[in-house]
Amino acid sequence: MQGPCCCQSGKDKPQSAPQGNAGPLRELTPLRPQPVDRLRYFGTGALVFAVWTGCYLAIEPLARLLTQAVPGLSERAAAALEFFLYDTAKILLLLLLMVYVIGWLRAGLHVERVRDFLAGRRRVLGYVLGAGFGAITPFCSCSSIPLFLGFTTSGIPVGITLAFLITSPLINEIAVVLLWGLLGWKLTLVYVLAGLGAGIIGGWFMDVLRAERWLQDYLKESIASGAAQQPIGTAQRKIGLRERHLFAGGETRSIFRRVWRWVIIGVGLGALLHGYVPEAWFAEHLGAGQWWSVPAAVAVGIPLYTNVTGIVPVMESLLLKGLPVGTTLAFCMSAVAASLPEVLMLRQVMRGKLLALFLGTLLVLFSLLGWLLNAVQGWLL
Amino acid sequence: MDIKVLGPGCARCHETEELVRAVVAETGCAAEVEKVTDFREMLRLGVMATPAVLVDGRVMCSGRVPTREEVRDWLAGAGQA
Repeated sequence: MQGPCCCQSGKDKPQSAPQGNAGPLRELTPLRPQPVDRLRYFGTGALVFAVWTGCYLAIEPLARLLTQAVPGLSERAAAALEFFLYDTAKILLLLLLMVYVIGWLRAGLHVERVRDFLAGRRRVLGYVLGAGFGAITPFCSCSSIPLFLGFTTSGIPVGITLAFLITSPLINEIAVVLLWGLLGWKLTLVYVLAGLGAGIIGGWFMDVLRAERWLQDYLKESIASGAAQQPIGTAQRKIGLRERHLFAGGETRSIFRRVWRWVIIGVGLGALLHGYVPEAWFAEHLGAGQWWSVPAAVAVGIPLYTNVTGIVPVMESLLLKGLPVGTTLAFCMSAVAASLPEVLMLRQVMRGKLLALFLGTLLVLFSLLGWLLNAVQGWLL
Repeated sequence: MDIKVLGPGCARCHETEELVRAVVAETGCAAEVEKVTDFREMLRLGVMATPAVLVDGRVMCSGRVPTREEVRDWLAGAGQA
C-alpha cells in the first residue's frame, strides 16, 4: 500500500499538471510567451496538494499497520522496518512537494546572473553574498570547474568563488526538507547557519592567504590578461507561468529520478542503525567526552562521496543513538562538502598546495563547528 | 549548422548530448554535433554551467538539460535564419 501510494503521487505531480496545461499549448507557436489557463493551473495545483496532504497524513498509521501485519518479527526488526517505511515515504513525499515549489520560485536564476552580481562587490559583503548565492543557486556538481573559471576570470576574488563552492553542496532545498522533516527546525537553522559560516570564513581565509598564487598557470595568465568572458548572448526565454511550471516540473522529475535510490539506501542504513546498534555504543565510544572524535569524524567524512539526500537519514539515526550533535553534523557536512571525485576535478584549476590548504581549512572549520555544537547541544535537542 | 554540447561527462551532460543527437536525427537536419569536455574550451566559449548547448556559437541554454521541444525550436530557428 505504502509504495504505490507515494509513487502514485510522484507521477501525479510532474505529469498530470503539464497534461492539463501544456497539451493544447503545444500547437501554438513556440518561443513566444504563451498564455496559460490560470484557473486550471491553480485548480489542478490545489487538487494535487490535497491528495498530497492525504498521503502524508496516511503514511504513519500505514507504516505501523504494515509492520504489524508481518508475522514473526522480532522487536528490533519491527522497529527497523517501521522506521524504514515511515521515513522513506515521508522524505519522498516532502521532496516532491518542496522541489517543485522551490524550482518554481527560482526559475530564471542563473549562475551567469550571480556572477555579474558578484563581480563588483567589495570583499566582506562579497563573502556573505557568495555563500548566500551558493545556497540558493542550483548547479550540478560537475559544473564546479567551469564555474570556478567563469567566476575568477571575470575578476571575482578566489575567496568569494570558494565561498560559493563550499556552501553550494551543503545547503539546498533537499537538505532543508530532510533536516526539517527529520530533525526539526532548530537543527535545520543551525545547519544552514553553519553551512553559510563555513563558506564565508573559508572563503575569507583563502583570500587572506592570497590563494590565487597557487592556481594553475593557465588560469593565472587569463586572469592577469583580463581575458574576462565576453557577455554571452544567451537565448533565455522570458519567464512566465508556463516556463516556471516546465522548469519546476523538469527539476522535480530529474531530482526525484536521481535521489530516490539515495533516500532508500540512506534510510535503510539509518533503519539498521536504529534497530541493531545498541543505545549506549556511540555514547561510550564516540561521546562528547572524547575530543578527538570530532576531527576523526571529519577526516573520515571528507573523502566520502555522498550527497545530502543520502546522509541526512543516517544523521537522524546517529543522533537517536546518542552521537553528539556536533560530531554528527561535522561528519555529515564534511562528507557532503568535499569528496574524492571533486578533489580530482579541482586539481585541474588548483595546484596541490592550494588544494591541500583548501581541504585543511575545511577540516579545521568543521572540527571547530563540531566542538562548538557539542558544547551547546543541550539547547539543540 | 554547428552544435556544441558542453559538459565534462556527468549524467546530465550525457542526457543532453543524447537528446540533441536524437532530435537532429529525427528532424533530419544537417547539423554537426560536437561534444566539448575540455574546461579551457568552455572558458573560451563563455559557459559557466554545464550542461550547455551552443548553436552556431550562440549559447542556447546552460546549467540544465533542455527539453526536447526546445531543441526542436533551436534547430528550426537556425534553419530559417
